[in-house]
Amino acid sequence: MIQRTLVAEPPLDDHAPELERVAALEARGVWAGFGDRQVLTGVDLTLEVGARLALIGSNGSGKTTLLRVLAGALRPTSGEVSIFSHSFSKNQRAARASVGVLGHQSYLYPELTAAENLTFYARLYRVQRCAERVDQMLEVVGLSHRRSDRVGTLSRGMVQRLALARAVVHDPPLLLLDEPDDGLDERSSSTLEAVLSTGAAAPRTILLTTHDLENALRFGDNVAVLHGGQVAAHRSTSSLGVAGLRAWYAAIAAQPRSAARQLVGQPAGTSF
Amino acid sequence: MCDTIATLIWKDLVAETRTKEVFLTGVPFALLILVIFNFAIDVGADRAAEVGAGILWITFTFAGVLGVARSFADERDRGTLEGLLLAPIERSAVYLAKTLVNILFMAVIELVTVPAFVLLFNVEVAWLDLLVVALCGTVGFAGVGTLVAAMVANARSREVLLPLLLLPLQVPVLIASVKATAIVMGAHTEQSWPWMSLLVGYDVVLVAAAVLVFEYVVEE
Repeated sequence: MIQRTLVAEPPLDDHAPELERVAALEARGVWAGFGDRQVLTGVDLTLEVGARLALIGSNGSGKTTLLRVLAGALRPTSGEVSIFSHSFSKNQRAARASVGVLGHQSYLYPELTAAENLTFYARLYRVQRCAERVDQMLEVVGLSHRRSDRVGTLSRGMVQRLALARAVVHDPPLLLLDEPDDGLDERSSSTLEAVLSTGAAAPRTILLTTHDLENALRFGDNVAVLHGGQVAAHRSTSSLGVAGLRAWYAAIAAQPRSAARQLVGQPAGTSF
Repeated sequence: MCDTIATLIWKDLVAETRTKEVFLTGVPFALLILVIFNFAIDVGADRAAEVGAGILWITFTFAGVLGVARSFADERDRGTLEGLLLAPIERSAVYLAKTLVNILFMAVIELVTVPAFVLLFNVEVAWLDLLVVALCGTVGFAGVGTLVAAMVANARSREVLLPLLLLPLQVPVLIASVKATAIVMGAHTEQSWPWMSLLVGYDVVLVAAAVLVFEYVVEE
């Protein structure tokens, strides 16, 4: 089978450091599933340093599964995932250290306070000047006044903001966000942009999934559609409005899986 | 790795001091078992040490199952286990931290249970010797229990599966612990060191094996 290689290029940036010499994320021929059902059928994906890719797709298209594979939470049936050249199969601790993950679960402990949760994860990731970083992140997500409250007493939106802070507490160069806008009200969602840009020493690479096409345009430089277990189509979000994106996405999603898979035969290395 | 283990233990201890879930279920449950045995079995003075050792370890085991069952069940249910596994830490550190926390929780239960046992069954106890035996038995129990708890954490009927898988694996630990406890309580004149050697050997082999296989147990 001819596979499409999706290469998400970063926006032009002349202060790019040495990190740009390697891809932030590289997935080759990733197959993954549950039991007999294969959800991902040979995904190839490359994100250059600084790229921001919004991944959209219908329910059950495999967005969460792909993110879990890319984060190292789920071992693929076959294929290889590397983070900054560190393969999960060979050097998984180095790969994990470079990734921040926000999944459907907050990964927070309801019995611990907001500050204790961040401190706990900061210690696991060996963050230097841990207390300072925790204070900074609580400030960024607007939860400084609730720092001593147990997470179990926070609202859903606050938990989601704290989970965002948890995902970036170690200042990861690569962020994998599974529907990060879920549970955030309009005002709170503005903190998402602040979190994504806070403290990164290098251009941060971001892969996020969303059902909200407006947020796909807002947070992604490129948008890709996961359909039929593969990245079926992709394009730049520049000069693309919500209506245009909706029409483009609807056209792809309307195709049967087999037709979507034929798209895979397009030239490899397509950049956007 | 020690820093990581300390951080993981700190998290579990803070959570337990706030909820007291293990303490408030384990201690009353253990005391209840002792009281029931006290009413159900008439332990004469001549058999008190021998029978009492068995009763004591049955109590530790049942109360201990409650504690180890929570080790990974809560982490799985809340999704926090994935958060731990995504962190750049040795996965064996998670196992060792959970095992140490379970040992600590069981030790607290034992500290309350043993004086109650002495009072209820009117037995003489060599406290220091009993402490050593209890520690070795608890390490074996918690070592295997933590691994099995991780294995069944995803299962729907984990409350049933845990004792079904754990208790057969605990047979050597329980036999050695009961025999050594009976000896330190004066049931026999023989030396306790052969049983203690078995216990320590079993502890070392089991914990070492658990450290090696834990990564595969929790991997999806």
